[in-house]
Amino acid sequence: MFYRESGDFKTSYSEDSQTFPIKFDRLRYYAVLAVAFGIIPLFINDYWANAVAVPFLIYAIAAIGLNILVGYAGQVSLGTGGFMAVGAYAVYKLMTAFPEVSIFIHVILAGLITAAVGVVFGLPSLRIKGFYLAVATLAAQFFLVWLFNKVPWFYNYSASGQINAPERTVFGVFVTGAQTSAMAKYMFCLVMLTLVALVARNLTRGTVGRKWMAIRDMDIAAEIIGVNPLTTKLTAFAVSSFFIGIAGALFFAVYLGAAEVGEAFGIQKSFLILFMVIIGGLGSIFGSFAGAAFLVLLPVFLKNVLVGTLGWPTDLAAHIELMIVGGLIVAFLIAEPHGIAQLWRVAKEKLRLWPFPH
Amino acid sequence: MPDQLVYAMEVTLNGLMTGVLYSLVALGFVLIFKASGVFNYAQGVLALFAALTLVGIQNGQVPFAHMINAMTGGHLTDFGWHIPAVIAILLTGVVMVLLAIVIEKLVLKHLVNQAPIILFMATIGMAYFLEGFGDVMWGADIKTLDVGLPQGINETIEIATERWFGYGFFIDNLDIVATLIAILLVTALTVFSQYSKQGRALRAVADDHQAALSVGISLRFIWILVWSIAGFVALVAGIIWGTKSGVQFSLSLIALKALPVLMLGGFTSIPGAIVGGLIIGVGEKLFEFSIGPMIGGATENWFAYVLALVFLVFRPQGLFGEKIIERV
Repeated sequence: MFYRESGDFKTSYSEDSQTFPIKFDRLRYYAVLAVAFGIIPLFINDYWANAVAVPFLIYAIAAIGLNILVGYAGQVSLGTGGFMAVGAYAVYKLMTAFPEVSIFIHVILAGLITAAVGVVFGLPSLRIKGFYLAVATLAAQFFLVWLFNKVPWFYNYSASGQINAPERTVFGVFVTGAQTSAMAKYMFCLVMLTLVALVARNLTRGTVGRKWMAIRDMDIAAEIIGVNPLTTKLTAFAVSSFFIGIAGALFFAVYLGAAEVGEAFGIQKSFLILFMVIIGGLGSIFGSFAGAAFLVLLPVFLKNVLVGTLGWPTDLAAHIELMIVGGLIVAFLIAEPHGIAQLWRVAKEKLRLWPFPH
Repeated sequence: MPDQLVYAMEVTLNGLMTGVLYSLVALGFVLIFKASGVFNYAQGVLALFAALTLVGIQNGQVPFAHMINAMTGGHLTDFGWHIPAVIAILLTGVVMVLLAIVIEKLVLKHLVNQAPIILFMATIGMAYFLEGFGDVMWGADIKTLDVGLPQGINETIEIATERWFGYGFFIDNLDIVATLIAILLVTALTVFSQYSKQGRALRAVADDHQAALSVGISLRFIWILVWSIAGFVALVAGIIWGTKSGVQFSLSLIALKALPVLMLGGFTSIPGAIVGGLIIGVGEKLFEFSIGPMIGGATENWFAYVLALVFLVFRPQGLFGEKIIERV
């Protein structure tokens, strides 16, 4: 009834090729933006920001980045944690070296540095494919973590080997450091996520995205019809690492505040983000959001139920949580291997015909 | 003979023995990958689970004691008996076979024909589940595993090398025993897959699922069989690594050590897993010994991966992998 193309007349090319061609989708999109920017910041408190909102926003950025690489370009990567670490350490070095420059610019620069590192580790993808590539990206994961652990220059020779985010402001409001309010953290990450999602969505709709998808579907065939595998694969690695680097920078500077590389950016992080992408849906920007939301909310929910309601000891609850998360992932993969995005797609198809399905 | 050379020889010997252990874990991967096309990340956790179960059975722990206590407020810990190692190992073997059947019934059966990445993620999900399950069942504290394998420095070798080189090599008895066990296991597996009926069926399935089905080989039986074998290999690996460094979470990380071995040797090749393991074992020990001190040490975490990566750039199918032929 509400969700259909008919009656929504396009009178120009730009209208015809807009991101959301269906009116209901557009309105929903503006409504989500209005709620996210206008209503949530008024009510957000420290618990909700730290436990749910900020991790969700940051993981969503990382998941969009990885989804571009895995879902759109078909190059499986297990090095996400390592690339996030590059973003984190880049932003730390920039923040401490140039305190007068805005943190906003630092975060973007950190993304660019990560993109360069990503391209270097993406080079083998021209020779190595499939699982061999996935395991090869683990080289990036382990090497980068080791590098940040062993070379004191990266953590400014601090005695603990940790990096601590100094206090920085955007328009006079603290966004990193101890004085940051929940709202500032939330808004800063939200702005970043919105920008990233806009760029990603439009890249994947355009020439670049179509080249990625051609390479994903069959790289030899794509090469024959004139898609250059070198530039296509490397742009995928670059764009993906750029977003992941931003996520890493925010994860360290805004969310954690202090980080130790092996703990914050270990291989578990790589798997977690890959899970988000797969559960959300490969090759879907919406899926990245859905996957991130699912895997951020699930442990919070389980912890509240097991420890808060049932009153079990925390270590036991942690193990049971691991079991439930693992079991749910397997169950999810069996029930809907194409992820939450596929459920969403099916729902939209149904909506189009509703309430007269024939 | 110059000192450095003698040290390097000792390092090489130790590297070879570590390499054998890597091969052992890699072997489990190769078996499952060949027979079902599943890249089984859970192999390391299987080893952890096997070792936990073995310790639990040996010491007569009550399964799920922690959880039962939390729910009922009781103080259960163990049954108060101690089971001989051999029987405990057999019982653990039975548990691993049961686990293989459950995995086949609940997970693999439903994922036939899915993309490899989905199967891979499913095994990571299984790894999470098993890790939590093992901890809930047997408790998460670090346990010592003792099934009577000899440990400590081998004095015969020390005295002999002392006489030859003027420097006694430090070789652990456990490593020697582990090497012997690994050789035995590989021989047994090769004989099994070459000469037994089930082994032939297994190779047929690895070659072509459809053709194997059409001549009447039960795929599901083969999958249960191969996961049981992988479980058994995991048990052996779990016993050796558990004896070496205690049964704890880090045991499951040996899976990560086996991955570069697989890359180097090729995912589908049993000899590749062995040779790859030896190369990685020796390579990382020698690198740590020669270059490590210059660049801060602890290079063992990544050296194997970088070596495999560089190698693959020149030979994408690995040492013994089948030649990759691509068609449009």
